[in-house]
Amino acid sequence: MVKVADVVDKLNARVICGSSNMDQEIQFGFASDLMSDVLTIDTENLLLITGLNNLQTIRTSEMSDISFILFVRDKKATEEMKQLACENEMTLLECGHSMFSACSILNEIGLQPVY
Amino acid sequence: MEFKFAIEGGNFSKAGSASSEVKKILKQLNVNPKIIKRTVVSLYEAEVNVVAHAFEGCMNVDIDTDKIIVKIEDKGPGIPDIDQAMQEGYSTATPQVREMGFGAGMGLPNIKRNSDQMNITSKVDVGTEVEIINYFG
Repeated sequence: MVKVADVVDKLNARVICGSSNMDQEIQFGFASDLMSDVLTIDTENLLLITGLNNLQTIRTSEMSDISFILFVRDKKATEEMKQLACENEMTLLECGHSMFSACSILNEIGLQPVY
Repeated sequence: MEFKFAIEGGNFSKAGSASSEVKKILKQLNVNPKIIKRTVVSLYEAEVNVVAHAFEGCMNVDIDTDKIIVKIEDKGPGIPDIDQAMQEGYSTATPQVREMGFGAGMGLPNIKRNSDQMNITSKVDVGTEVEIINYFG
């Protein structure tokens, strides 16, 4: 289990939405820019690590009950994305790491792969 | 209970709004969260298909005490070979659809995986109808 606050700390991430969720713990990570693949995952308590910054990232997470999203490669969430994420009580983070780098660091601090 | 939601072809900023409404309704009805997730993932896949491929469509939702029946109908190019479209990895999506994170040829198989019953009928140059039935029990 990894605390959201530790994800933020280790990746020097910006909290875009869900700043009150820093004490929540996440067990799994799944990294993909392909929402079709994200929609096939039925693991709970998941951090989605993605470089796809459009509204469908948030919609996909909403449908898949994913509450935590980390944008890598300095991708920025738009206002529309923030609004939809906040409505759904999600935590949105942004960081400057590549996907590989972010995954490697998060795995090291205890975030587990789905498969 | 019956609900009807319009789906606009090509409008990716609205894609998912109908499925989102259904999710809110099922939550209010205290349906098992795992069944809600299965249902809305299949609806969302179908909704994205309409946005990606058709001119317009609608989602007709009928919620009973023990099940939900959803018909997603569209006016569009139709599917010439449904068996082929059901194969994982087969896709006719445009580059624009792929940029949105879809078009991997996973949609229809994933609808099947997340529904108790799925029926699909299509006429080329007319449109497609996908029926999804999920039981609450």
